[in-house]
Amino acid sequence: MQTVKMVITGPFNSGKTEFIRSISEIDVVTTDREITTSAERNVKEATTVAMDFGRITVDDDLVLYLFGTPGQRRFDFMWEILSEGMLGFVVMVDSARPETFREAKSILETFRAYAPTPYVVAANKQDHPDAWSPEDLRIALRIEDDVKLLPCVAIDKESVKQVLLELLYSILEEME
Amino acid sequence: MALKGDLKDFSTTQLLNLINLARKTGTLIIESSDADEEGNREELAQMAFREGKLIHASMVEEDGHLANILHKAGKLTEAQAKLISEKAASMGDKELGLLLINAGYVTRDDILQSVKQHTLDVVYNLLTWNEGHFRFEDGMMPPDDRITVPIDLENVILEGTRRLRELEQLQEELPNLDFALKFPDRPGTSLRDINLSVDEWRVVSFINPKNSIRQIAKANNMSEMEIRRIVYGLLQAGLVELVRPPSMVQPLNGRRGPERPKIKKTVVTRLIDRIRSL
Ligand SMILES: Nc1nc2c(ncn2[C@@H]2O[C@H](COP(=O)(O)OP(=O)(O)OP(=O)(O)O)[C@@H](O)[C@H]2O)c(=O)[nH]1
Ligand SMILES: [Mg+2]
Repeated sequence: MQTVKMVITGPFNSGKTEFIRSISEIDVVTTDREITTSAERNVKEATTVAMDFGRITVDDDLVLYLFGTPGQRRFDFMWEILSEGMLGFVVMVDSARPETFREAKSILETFRAYAPTPYVVAANKQDHPDAWSPEDLRIALRIEDDVKLLPCVAIDKESVKQVLLELLYSILEEME
Repeated sequence: MALKGDLKDFSTTQLLNLINLARKTGTLIIESSDADEEGNREELAQMAFREGKLIHASMVEEDGHLANILHKAGKLTEAQAKLISEKAASMGDKELGLLLINAGYVTRDDILQSVKQHTLDVVYNLLTWNEGHFRFEDGMMPPDDRITVPIDLENVILEGTRRLRELEQLQEELPNLDFALKFPDRPGTSLRDINLSVDEWRVVSFINPKNSIRQIAKANNMSEMEIRRIVYGLLQAGLVELVRPPSMVQPLNGRRGPERPKIKKTVVTRLIDRIRSL
């Protein structure tokens, strides 16, 4: 049986766990912990500390694994391990929190240095009233025109499907 | 769709860059809570843009009426300005402007230059604010009676970065001097319309995807800080873009990048079909 993997990365609280949860056929194996520091506690209660793990079975001999990285920098020793052998990656951005944009860009560059695989950027939480538009995000994050920057609502399965499909199209294109 | 946040995370220069590149129309409202000697003070500024050009700017607490602007520019005496403000209190700027021109007090050019200078004064002052909230109101325009003068943002941004004091920011915005520079592909403003300084021209003359920023600095005998400031300004003004030089595309130091997974095209097409069917 062949297994392939994709990595879902992005800053703290950007929606990585939610993204995988929306599409995985198994309950996401997450290693979320309750948050102990008060600054982050204000934002959310549980964070991913090692990784999230989701699965999509194609047939008897092909399985896709989705790995979500921990969002907090102090767990970034996991990143390089997770990125090994990945087919591509998704960078999740919380479009409603400009204070995280710089971090998102820095994570993007870090992963790009790990492996020359295709990637897409997901402008997540587009349903949020404070969300920046994908066009504004592209300029704010200085994403080159040839990189896909896709609107996303991670709690909506159709939206997650679209992001993964776009990544797969890019992977296919690259093989041609 | 919102465009709002805090200047700590996204500076005024970066906002101007965004508005310029996205050719936005609307009003940028900035509220500062910078403390001064007297303690906390709220300041409110508004800048209006049409298709990416600055057309008007005002500080809410300041008298932005034409009589006052002309007085500030030395085109009217204090007594004249005061008299006009009293007599023509209800008159719009456009109407007042015509009246002053017809009466021979000022020329049309005096008015346009003074309004332009006033707008720039407000914006340059704004560029020094480090704290505050901003929001962009799409489509919002200044009141109809105001005189607007379109100003290209590239020059404003360049001038703003020349005045930039926060040098740590440059370090963050441009961490890697091994990148090279290129001119953007999109048809934009021509360099001819931009007022570049001598040092900026020296940098521009070396722009080529093969020259790293570090090499350009060396060729020009510039310090890291000098080159950072100039490149940052050119980037923010949208006049240049970062590119990876050929040496960076291959893994450096003879270190081999991780193996790419070897998979067949059919694997990808099967994945696509499966996800479509979910
Ligand atoms: N409205 C809205 N909320 C979202 C969306 N995606 C995620 N959320 C919410 O945002 C919060 C953070 O989502 P997570 O999936 O835990 O984020 P994460 O990236 O895994 O966070 P860490 O593991 O802590 O780095 C949760 O409350 C989610 O329900 C979205 O598209 N729209
Ligand atoms: Mg998580």
